[in-house]
Amino acid sequence: MDTNGTTADLAITMRGVTKIFGPAPETALALLTKGKSKTEVQAETNHVVGLDDVSLDIERGQIFVVMGLSGSGKSTLIRHVNRLIDPTAGKIVVNGEDVLSMSLDQLRTFRRTSIAMVFQKFGLLPHRSVLSNVAYGLEIRGVGKAERLERAAHWVEVVGLSGYERSRPRQLSGGQQQRVGLARALAMDTDILLMDEAFSALDPLIRSGMQEQLIELQSSLNKTILFITHDFDEALKIGNRIAVLKDGAVQQVGKPEEIVLNPANAHIEEFVRDVNKARAIHVRTIMEKGAFEPCEHTVPMDARCEDVLPWFAEHQWVGVTNADGGQIGRVSARQVIRALAKYSPDVADPV
Amino acid sequence: MFPELIDTRPLRRAVDDGLNWVVRNWGGELEAAAYPLLMFLNWIERLLLATPWWLIVAILVGLAFLATRNWKLPVVVLVALVFMGIMELWRDAMVTTALMLAATLTAIVISIPIGVWMSRSMRVRQIVTPVLDLMQTMPSFVYLIPAVMIFGPGKIPALLATIVYASPPLMRLTDLGLRNVDPAVMEASRAFGDTPTQRLFGVQVPLALPTILAGVNQTTMMALAMVVIASMIGAGGLGYQVLQGIGRLEVSRGLFAGLGIVVLAIVFDRITQAYGKRLQERFGLGEVR
Ligand SMILES: Nc1ncnc2c1ncn2[C@@H]1O[C@H](COP(=O)(O)OP(=O)(O)OP(=O)(O)O)[C@@H](O)[C@H]1O
Ligand SMILES: [Mg+2]
Repeated sequence: MDTNGTTADLAITMRGVTKIFGPAPETALALLTKGKSKTEVQAETNHVVGLDDVSLDIERGQIFVVMGLSGSGKSTLIRHVNRLIDPTAGKIVVNGEDVLSMSLDQLRTFRRTSIAMVFQKFGLLPHRSVLSNVAYGLEIRGVGKAERLERAAHWVEVVGLSGYERSRPRQLSGGQQQRVGLARALAMDTDILLMDEAFSALDPLIRSGMQEQLIELQSSLNKTILFITHDFDEALKIGNRIAVLKDGAVQQVGKPEEIVLNPANAHIEEFVRDVNKARAIHVRTIMEKGAFEPCEHTVPMDARCEDVLPWFAEHQWVGVTNADGGQIGRVSARQVIRALAKYSPDVADPV
Repeated sequence: MFPELIDTRPLRRAVDDGLNWVVRNWGGELEAAAYPLLMFLNWIERLLLATPWWLIVAILVGLAFLATRNWKLPVVVLVALVFMGIMELWRDAMVTTALMLAATLTAIVISIPIGVWMSRSMRVRQIVTPVLDLMQTMPSFVYLIPAVMIFGPGKIPALLATIVYASPPLMRLTDLGLRNVDPAVMEASRAFGDTPTQRLFGVQVPLALPTILAGVNQTTMMALAMVVIASMIGAGGLGYQVLQGIGRLEVSRGLFAGLGIVVLAIVFDRITQAYGKRLQERFGLGEVR
């Protein structure tokens, strides 16, 4: 990964971003750079560390998931990207532009045209109907009334709220309100989407549907999505890359299976322990690479362990094929089990 | 006794002389400046007096119905107004209503922008709040004296005194309402790149409207509370009847005029409150989720 932070194919870059909440952040920052922990800084200076030296590179066209427990600083992080919060220190570049050096006017234009956000707390306008809530961002942007209402109506339908156009937000359930917020952001049709726990108010069924819709949307429109969640399973399902946050600091960044297979520390291991690893791990990351004799059954290279497991009842080896159908490797039940068993509790490392 | 540390007489004399100087040199200009207010008040008064009584009753009953969508409040309003007419208080009630309306409307025009300004700047709030405290606690007679000296007894000082007395709650509640707007909604609006004007009129004012309406309601009530005092310096209306009742020891006159003031208060209080409640319900504010 490149480190100068201005490469064109990076949508979002954060470099050493630190945020300290409180009246005199400089003193707390000095303590933090000396290596004191969030709790120590808080005890000594009564300042809260929101983010601690966060550096991230988010490539264009990726779903990048930030995962962490409550209070780990996820919402604080995502608010820095469109500068709803100014950092205490660090640098943030979005679409090649330094967000922190923008004038108020530039910032406004940037927010209107380049980036849209879904909020954990919805932030809907209670005095407006669902339809005009969804159209709100377009209205701010200055889109004409007929056009914005038409586009809003389309997205209301996509998120499954047809028939509620005239309702007020308070007449909807939490999950429905969440979808209004989602439609409002999607209607902006920006290249970058910021989603703060956008699915946490949804029931499992709708949630799973929305996750698939998001993946679909990302791949068809090539959007860059920064997605916040506290749910590791969700992170594994939709994330191209995952960053794990704790006490405002990034603990590990990597592909889902990198994190599942090699959790960087005990904290991440705790997440990994309860996760459905068969879903997280792609078979291509654990297969024997090479041109073996063709196997009787093959799976595509984006298959996950849970997809191959049933086949081991009859086959010793299952082949893995690339997009053209050519076999690029094979995997056995033993390899899968080893990958799944690794880092499980009470099992000695078999490797 | 508290020891006499300095001689305060020169100070008092300076204040009195200063006021006299203002009256002598600026009286005409000040009166001219306040003239539009007088025109406004007279216009409302003429309008109310020229309007047939049944039309005014119909309008108020209609407003009450629109605000509550049931028949309880309109019936109360109807009975109250008919009582006023039967008691031969209609004309005085209209004069008083005109003073109240002129004062309330002027107070709205002045107070809401000041409230907005207070909500945006800590400094402004720190300066304005003690002034508001002063306006509300200073006995109104104290500023009636200079007002009468400058403008002479009549409607202008009465109107000004009523405005000064009735404005503070509206300023306070406008400020409070704007500052209490759900920060999550404000942030969402900010994230979409709104301008300060878009945020003020698209988010803050609509969401603060129930609180601002509560302020308008209080201003209305305080303006009505001033009518007796205002009538001492020539405002006329129901307050004047109360004064006469006292002066002539005619209990009935004072009592019925007093009841007339109560009736007006009930009518305007209930109608404005009902509108506030309706708005609040529409937003779902104060509803537990
Ligand atoms: N405006 C603020 N002032 C002071 N402290 C704040 C502020 N916003 C956040 N914090 C602190 O920063 C830390 C991170 O908060 P943040 O809201 O980013 O957490 P989160 O990871 O989004 O949690 P959750 O999953 O509960 O939403 C918390 O310790 C919080 O107390
Ligand atoms: Mg959060």
